[in-house]
Amino acid sequence: MSHIKLLSAVALSALLLLVGCGKKEGEAVGVVGDEILVGEFGSMTGNEATFGISTHQGIELAIEEINAAGGVKGKKIKLISLDDQGKPEEAVTAATKLITQDNVIALLGEVASSRSLAAAPIAQQYKIPMLSPSSTNQKVTEVGDYIFRVCFIDPFQGTVMAKFAHDHLNVKKVAVIYDVKSDYSVGLAKFFKETFTGLGGEIIAEQTYSGNDIDFKAQLTSIKTVKPEAIFIPGYYTEVGLLARQARGLGIEVPLLGGDGWDSSKLYEIGQEAIMGGYFSNHYTTDSDDPRVRQFMEAFKNKYTVFPDGLAAMGYDAAKVLADAIERSESLTPEGIRNALATTKGFAGVTGVITMDENRNPTKSAVVVQVAGTTNKYVTTIQPL
Amino acid sequence: MEEFLQHVINGVSLGSIYALIALGYTMVYGILQLINFAHSDVYMVGAFVGFYAARFLNIADSPSYTSFFTILLIAMAGCALLGFSIERFAYRPLRNAPRLNVLITAIGVSLFLEYTGQVVFGATPQLFPNILEDSIIFSFGGARVTKMDATILVTAVGLMIVLRHIIQNTLLGKAMRATSFNRHWASLMGISVDRIISMTFIIGSALAGAGAVLVGMKYPKIEPLMGVMIGLKAFVAAVLGGIGNIPGAVLGGLVIGIAEEFVVGYISSTYRDALAFSILIVILLFRPAGLLGRFSVEKV
Repeated sequence: MSHIKLLSAVALSALLLLVGCGKKEGEAVGVVGDEILVGEFGSMTGNEATFGISTHQGIELAIEEINAAGGVKGKKIKLISLDDQGKPEEAVTAATKLITQDNVIALLGEVASSRSLAAAPIAQQYKIPMLSPSSTNQKVTEVGDYIFRVCFIDPFQGTVMAKFAHDHLNVKKVAVIYDVKSDYSVGLAKFFKETFTGLGGEIIAEQTYSGNDIDFKAQLTSIKTVKPEAIFIPGYYTEVGLLARQARGLGIEVPLLGGDGWDSSKLYEIGQEAIMGGYFSNHYTTDSDDPRVRQFMEAFKNKYTVFPDGLAAMGYDAAKVLADAIERSESLTPEGIRNALATTKGFAGVTGVITMDENRNPTKSAVVVQVAGTTNKYVTTIQPL
Repeated sequence: MEEFLQHVINGVSLGSIYALIALGYTMVYGILQLINFAHSDVYMVGAFVGFYAARFLNIADSPSYTSFFTILLIAMAGCALLGFSIERFAYRPLRNAPRLNVLITAIGVSLFLEYTGQVVFGATPQLFPNILEDSIIFSFGGARVTKMDATILVTAVGLMIVLRHIIQNTLLGKAMRATSFNRHWASLMGISVDRIISMTFIIGSALAGAGAVLVGMKYPKIEPLMGVMIGLKAFVAAVLGGIGNIPGAVLGGLVIGIAEEFVVGYISSTYRDALAFSILIVILLFRPAGLLGRFSVEKV
């Protein structure tokens, strides 16, 4: 425990140093010669490393394509990536460093809502536009008018799964177990509960766990006694995999439901048979015949030899939306890009058609997929409300 | 009733793992009066030794008792070697230094192992190989006892019986007890104190290795910081039972394991970690020697 205190003290003093330095006057922000500097921060290592890495690959691919096609405003985009190890305090440090030392013109990041929430005030303070590829918690863009995202928000994901459970699975009694330490998980659980009870269903058990826990048997034992018809687990894949195993071990055989935090090939690696047949909402599916999606999948497969997951697609779309905004902006300044981002309309990405609303959130559809080994099967599409 | 029984089963299974790790803390403390903070990281290394051994021997996907015992023995041997080295190179040179120096060294060794682990093994969680197929042995009502839970309990209890036998009935055990009682007098009686201390580290660390394989099997997600929380809990278990007292460590582990399951099951998971530390505070306030510990008045 004392290690953590020491580390945060070091991080804090480093932060103070950085803030103290500030920017030099008169220098054009984010443009060096014929390169436009764009910063990215993500969890390249740590508990949710596959999220950060997938997103990074998507972003990298998009920027490569943009530069190969001549760049934006006659200049190439240069990506500067930093690892935040999946820790909110490191995300703050990374965002500060990208803005004050690397002088980036815009930020791409983060995947997890808790880390986007930590870094967003920094971007807002320096008035640098920040575009999150996949932070779905509502509060993220509420931080200020420089914070955007290209994914749908938690109310929608919670609503989608509640509708799906009610309309497609025809279940009436559902248990919910969520990660109290994660803003993302708490948000999804809240909106699932509201919508599901609104549709006439009943939440018969509500349990919590903390990220990094490995033992969930006590909670699952309590859930088992009330005999739910389905369990909603809006967590991340590492815990969900273990949770599913322990649930099946205790003899809970009902369908498991979740959100896009399940989207990782590691989910099946950890959960094995136990997670098969689980349903989760996602931004896109590789099980699609949209030509844009097919083309993206081909390009991604050629570059990285694997098929892209949802987060890679979100990273790809985020970089493309940003490049589109830079191209459309009146001046090559953070403010110009912000204004262009805010007026994004009908942008056809691989995860759907993106139009920014007045709260800097896009309106778009969600898909529900079913876990079938390391791949997922398309089940249905649920339209925005 | 069914729920209650299942909580007890889960708690005993978790508690027997805490107990195995707590034994390592208590044995070292009993002999050196040192809280070996590196113990929880020896446990972490044990999990990775098991992980790589299973890969190397190509038994990662052939679950059977043979695989299980092979991996168990390799991890125990790996941890024994690591425990021996830590004592030999980090603690022995400080044998006559003030106790605080050794304690700080122990924290240093712990940090060294954690962060070297992140470099060598990577910070990304790894999946512990499937070395034992899980199935249900029997269920009464709806409460189930799985093969995994039973194996964990039997292995843990078996190792504890072996340990008790070594300590109570062998010459080595007699020497360990003598060293624990009074190191200087023991050396006057012709006991090689350094050798006995090495043996204590070897045995304690091997138990941590066994604990690591059992945990890895049941909760197959391993990472370099996995020892931190479970190590703290095991330490609390050792203090609860009376640090330095071997049956106490076992009792403490079981009490904490069962109490945790009940708190999470009937109140809220938020209190899971708070519980262990609340127990620690209460014990230190009202019964500082622990449940089975005896007060010893220091003679001047």
